[in-house]
Amino acid sequence: MTAERDLGERRLALWLCAPATLIMIAVTGWPILYSFLLSLRRADLRFPADQEWIGLANYATVLGNPYWWTAFGVTALVTVVSVAIELVLGMLVALVTFRTIVGRGVVRTVVLVPYGIVTVAAAYGWKYAWTPGTGWLAGLLPAGSAPLTEQAPAIAIIILAEVWKTTPFMALLLMTGLALVPEELLRAASMDGANRWQRFTKIVLPLMKPAILVALLFRTLDAFRIFDNIYVLTNGAQHTSSVSIIAYHNLIGGLNLGIGSTMSVLILISVAVIAFVFIRVFGAAAPG
Amino acid sequence: MKLRWGFIDVLVILYALIPVLWIVSLSFKDPSTITDGSLLPTKWTLSNYAGIFRNDDFLRGLVNSIGIGLISTFVAMVFGTMAAYAIARLAFPGKRLLIGFSLLIAMFPQISLVTPLFQIERSLGLFDTWPGLILPYITFALPLTIYTLSAFFKEIPAELERAAKMDGATPFQAFWKVIVPLAVPGMVTTAILAFIFCWNDFLFAISLTSTSAARTAPATISFFTGSSQFEDPTGSIAAAAVVITIPIVIFVLFFQRRIVAGLTAGAVKG
Amino acid sequence: MAEIVLDGVSKRYPDGTTAVHDINLTIADREFVILVGPSGCGKSTTLNMIAGLEEISSGELRIDGERVNERAPRDRDIAMVFQSYALYPHMTVRENMAFPLTLAKLPKPEVAAKVGHAAQLLDLTALLDRKPANLSGGQRQRVAMGRAIVRDPKAFLMDEPLSNLDAKLRVQMRTSIARLQKRLGTTTVYVTHDQTEAMTLGDRIVIMYSGVVQQVGPPEELYDRPANLFVAGFIGSPSMNLLPAQVRDDGLHTIIGVIPHRSRGLPPEVVAGIRPEAFQDTRIRGGASFTDTVDILESMGAEKIAYFTFETGETGESGGTAFGDGAQVVARLDPKSRAREGEPATLWYDPAAVHIFDPDSGVNLTA
Ligand SMILES: Nc1ncnc2c1ncn2[C@@H]1O[C@H](COP(=O)(O)OP(=O)(O)OP(=O)(O)O)[C@@H](O)[C@H]1O
Ligand SMILES: [Mg+2]
Repeated sequence: MTAERDLGERRLALWLCAPATLIMIAVTGWPILYSFLLSLRRADLRFPADQEWIGLANYATVLGNPYWWTAFGVTALVTVVSVAIELVLGMLVALVTFRTIVGRGVVRTVVLVPYGIVTVAAAYGWKYAWTPGTGWLAGLLPAGSAPLTEQAPAIAIIILAEVWKTTPFMALLLMTGLALVPEELLRAASMDGANRWQRFTKIVLPLMKPAILVALLFRTLDAFRIFDNIYVLTNGAQHTSSVSIIAYHNLIGGLNLGIGSTMSVLILISVAVIAFVFIRVFGAAAPG
Repeated sequence: MKLRWGFIDVLVILYALIPVLWIVSLSFKDPSTITDGSLLPTKWTLSNYAGIFRNDDFLRGLVNSIGIGLISTFVAMVFGTMAAYAIARLAFPGKRLLIGFSLLIAMFPQISLVTPLFQIERSLGLFDTWPGLILPYITFALPLTIYTLSAFFKEIPAELERAAKMDGATPFQAFWKVIVPLAVPGMVTTAILAFIFCWNDFLFAISLTSTSAARTAPATISFFTGSSQFEDPTGSIAAAAVVITIPIVIFVLFFQRRIVAGLTAGAVKG
Repeated sequence: MAEIVLDGVSKRYPDGTTAVHDINLTIADREFVILVGPSGCGKSTTLNMIAGLEEISSGELRIDGERVNERAPRDRDIAMVFQSYALYPHMTVRENMAFPLTLAKLPKPEVAAKVGHAAQLLDLTALLDRKPANLSGGQRQRVAMGRAIVRDPKAFLMDEPLSNLDAKLRVQMRTSIARLQKRLGTTTVYVTHDQTEAMTLGDRIVIMYSGVVQQVGPPEELYDRPANLFVAGFIGSPSMNLLPAQVRDDGLHTIIGVIPHRSRGLPPEVVAGIRPEAFQDTRIRGGASFTDTVDILESMGAEKIAYFTFETGETGESGGTAFGDGAQVVARLDPKSRAREGEPATLWYDPAAVHIFDPDSGVNLTA
């Protein structure tokens, strides 16, 4: 009897989950496999006749290519720096919106604005702001400088755009973590003689650690696939490509499926490594 | 104390708003003053807006964005609700696997799909069509809907369904008359988040389309050359950016409480 | 109205827990039966099996002679009141109470009439258009009752319906539930872990312990003739004093002295049980007595509760603590008692009122 009921429940669950699962598998599973197969072939759409299995040769090509490593370095740099800044800024915003007395509602509302803005639209805003002549920010720089045409300033602007857009999300995640810290604990700590900073580092941060790790995991993986901002701001010029940009150019510009797929697989592996490090080494609890 | 908080508040608000105000201001600048570098327009004009709304490609892009976004959101909501309900309420083997799998997809680097999808869709005739974008959008919206909705469903006490069953409801009636009305706020939130995701996408939109047949608005903007209207597309791009942005921002602000709940529901353990 | 029969009913959860083991119980038509026992003993599981919310692993459930194991809850015509009340938050009181009737597709005027009648019975008429969120705990409880009674089901099932109320309201609702049940005459199964509720409400009590029924009977019978050590300890407050005893020719040797008793047919070791209210500090003719210092004396107004602590020789090395490793004896005395804290008192009892239990099986040898 129990078995029958369980069976019924399982069957219902199966039917309920089937459509979602099938779509997700169809749209990701097969392409990933296909991508892996393509990465082992010479497959350049400009030379359709010249296709063959070439083993790991594509991987050798990509991994021996300085452009790939530059892009990888840029991606890593942008990821690390922007996530770090976001963490600090997000924490500040979270603390402000959480503890603020004046205009709490307004602040909370306004903080959501960057989240609601289409990344591409915001990126154009940043681009024109830094374009000499047009931009209000470019005017602040010494005459004749064009920040988006040099590697270092361009990367800084990319990071700025990324940070501006995603700090609210970080702040929101941290705010939920903050809400989990019982007010009473902080009162008890101040009774025990802890000052504001000590309360933050000794009580708030340790209790928020799970929330912080989840937020970092989400944002790191998200930042690693950065595409829109770079595409609009520099389109990868002056060695500012991210791995996503360089893979895209190999596909759409170069029409080289073999190389593009190889990069796709490498990016996938990088993301898996990041997630693994977060979950295994830092012990980020995978939500769910 | 009050003053200091007020000051910090103002900083936060400026941080969030100035970049937005800038692009709005840019969109109202007359072509002759567009390169004056001032934060506010010195000479106001609506010509940039008039220009983009005479532009068939942009209008087509808007229609594509809205249509593709709505369809993807709808499908993701239906399938996501089903799966989320199962996850929140039923015991079945493979539940952890499904949760893990959708988490995997949520964090998946989309670029890794672009290359194979580009090739697969070309061979299936889906390239540069609505379904060609709708499919990946559903896929990436699904983890979001499953996560947020199951968090919302879990908040509804299971005793209510048991009570409904005792009151004579079939399982479907219990779901439809008791659970769904209570989950509506959560479902609205989730739908908004899913729609924002589709609306915001750029990578799939420029990779899997080649004409205005399916190209969405953000992708269309990036193809503005300005040759049709002005030498310099800056004003048109700014106006277009405002057009595709402002409705979403208003939406977000209007539903802000719910959106906060939705964005964080999936992230906290639940 | 209905007779409910549980015939060898058991419940095993998929994870292997046996929550209910082989219950045999016949609940007569119009009867008010209480399921009572400590937390986790399987009361809710039993109730849910009757409701159809949990599948029955083995055995048969019959309502009015018909096997209903396979029937869905809605085909059993049983109403249930939940511990959390489970009111639908998005519906008004009226809609909540009408819900079962609209699901049954009753015509609108009839629904209105039945809801109106039930509301009157429960004094809810003024609250009909409120949402549950705007009701007090007691009012919510009444709405939950109302939703159960509107459709005039064959039976009511209630799972700790009063446990979310404060003490005073609980007593009040207890009497109204009893009155309502008498008036409607609907077969009722009521779950509680509160033995006062159990003793005062039911026609019969079913005592469960770790999934097994320990004893079934009217309240007095359970009090007077507990079938085993568990029932003896569970029913009555303060609970029965259970003292290890050696059986000798002159009686039962315990820490409170020798209890005169026939020793024939008893095992060498037993457990002697004396209810706190069996003691008194005035002489009983033919009674036995003991004298000891009163450790703690609680004055309750209508009674005084005296605690005595005895150093037990055998457990001496483990040492007594503030919570008393030494055996404790509790006596429930008359408020006029002269016993004083810290001073010796002599208490009398009737040896015939002593229950004797087998220490291994727990079975009452005197019942
Ligand atoms: N779904 C389940 N799966 C596995 N075991 C369960 C499940 N539900 C209950 N149990 C176990 O079955 C036993 C009986 O549970 P039940 O809820 O019937 O207890 P109860 O007598 O109602 O307790 P309480 O007074 O605390 O409500 C418990 O040990 C419980 O842990
Ligand atoms: Mg229970």
